Amino acid sequence: MAEDFGDGSAASAAADMEEYEMLMSTTDVELLKTAWRNEKAAPEILQFQAQLVKRAREQIQLMEETIEDFEESGLDPLTVSLYQMDLDRAQFLLRSYLRVRLRKLEKYMLYIWKNDSLWNRLSEPEKMFVQRCIDDMEKHLEETVLSKLPDNYQSARRQSVISEEDDMVPEPRLDTFVACKTSNSFVSLRLADSERPLEMERQDVSFVLYKVIEDKIGADIDLV
Amino acid sequence: MAGQSDPHISLFSPEEIEFMAEDELVEIVPNMRMDPLNFISGNFGPFYPQIPIKVPLWLAVALKKRGKCTIRPPQWMSIENLTQVLEGEREDQGAFQAVPFHYIEISRLLFDHARDDIPDIYMVRSLVEDIRDVRLHKVETNLEKFSATSAVKIAHLSAMEVNVVRPFVVRALQAFFKHDNPVLMGDLDTVSDGQPQVTRQRQVPNNAQRQPLKRR
Repeated sequence: MAEDFGDGSAASAAADMEEYEMLMSTTDVELLKTAWRNEKAAPEILQFQAQLVKRAREQIQLMEETIEDFEESGLDPLTVSLYQMDLDRAQFLLRSYLRVRLRKLEKYMLYIWKNDSLWNRLSEPEKMFVQRCIDDMEKHLEETVLSKLPDNYQSARRQSVISEEDDMVPEPRLDTFVACKTSNSFVSLRLADSERPLEMERQDVSFVLYKVIEDKIGADIDLV
Repeated sequence: MAGQSDPHISLFSPEEIEFMAEDELVEIVPNMRMDPLNFISGNFGPFYPQIPIKVPLWLAVALKKRGKCTIRPPQWMSIENLTQVLEGEREDQGAFQAVPFHYIEISRLLFDHARDDIPDIYMVRSLVEDIRDVRLHKVETNLEKFSATSAVKIAHLSAMEVNVVRPFVVRALQAFFKHDNPVLMGDLDTVSDGQPQVTRQRQVPNNAQRQPLKRR
C-alpha cells in the first residue's frame, strides 16, 4: 500500500498512504477487489454486493463501447491497448468474484437453501442457480443410485430414515481461522477466550476465528 | 468439511497476489506525450515527456515494455534502506521490519521488466532476496514457538508471506481451538466420531495443557 514506506519520513508516508487509500477506495474496481478477496477467504457465502456488481457491469459495458469507438476513430493503438488492459482487469475481477460465489453455492447448495439468512445473501440469478443445482443433483442421485437402494436409504439428504435431521448435507467449516487486516487506523476485537481485546493497527495481520470478525468484514476488517 | 478445499494449496495463487500488487502506484517518467487515461480503475495522466507521474504498476510495466517510459524504483528499494531493513530483520528475531505489503511482488515485477531502471540491480536484488529469506525463516522459527491463543497477530507480514504461512497457521489454530473447546466442536463432529454429547461436557482449563510445537 505504501510504496514510500521507510523513506525516513514516516509521517509523510503515512499521510501519503491515507491519501492514496482515500483515492483508491472511491473506485469500484478497488471495492470489487476487496469484495473478491473477502469472498475468496471467507468460509461461507457473504452478502452479494448487488449495487457494486451493478455499477461494475455498467462501467465495463460502457468501456467496451468506448473502446469500440476508439478503434473506429483510429485512435493510437497504444492508448487503445491500455484501455483494453484496464477493461480486462475489471472483467477478471468481476468474473472471479462471481465464480468464487458459484463454487461455494455448488458446494453448499442444500445448506444455503435451508438457511434463510444465507439464502437472503444471494442474488436472484444465484437463487435460481442453486434451485436448479439441487433439482439436478437430486434427480441425478435418484436415478443413478438412490432408487436402487433399500427403502430406508433413499434420501439424498439423510443417511437413513432413522436420522433425525439432514445429516448428509455438506456444511462449511465456520470454526476456522482467517487472516485479516483493518482498513481503519485502529480496531479492537473482542475474543471469546480472553479478557484482553485484540487491538489491531493498519500494519498488523491477524489470524483470528472467523466468527469473531464475521460481522465486521467489509466494514472495519478485510480478509487477506 | 474444510471451507478451503485442499489445505496444502494456497488460498490465493501467486498470480492472483501479483494481480493485486499491480494496482500499487509507482512513479514513471514518460518519454512521450499522451492524453489523460480515464480508466475504470481511475484517471491517470496527462503524460508529458520527462515529467514524473504516478501510475499503477501494471500500467507502468505496459508502458515500459513498449519503451515509453522509465520506472523510478520506489524509495524503499534503495540500497541504503534495504540494508537497514535487512540488518533490522537479523537483529530483531521477534518482530518484522516495516516493508510494503506487496514488497515481494513489486520488486519481482520491477526486476523482470525494468532492470535497466534500477541502479545497482544485482545488489538490490540480492538484498531483497536476503530480506525475503530472513523473514520467511523468521516466520517459520516463530511458528515453531507459537503456542496458540484464539488469535495470532503479526505486524508487517506481507501479502505473499500471509499466503505462504496460512495453511499451516490456520490448521494449527484449528487444532488448538479444538482442544480448548471440545464442547463447541462436538456439534460438528457428531457424525464422524459418533460419541454421545455428554462425555464432552468437560472444559479443558485455559492454557493448562498447551505444548509448544515440536521441532521438525
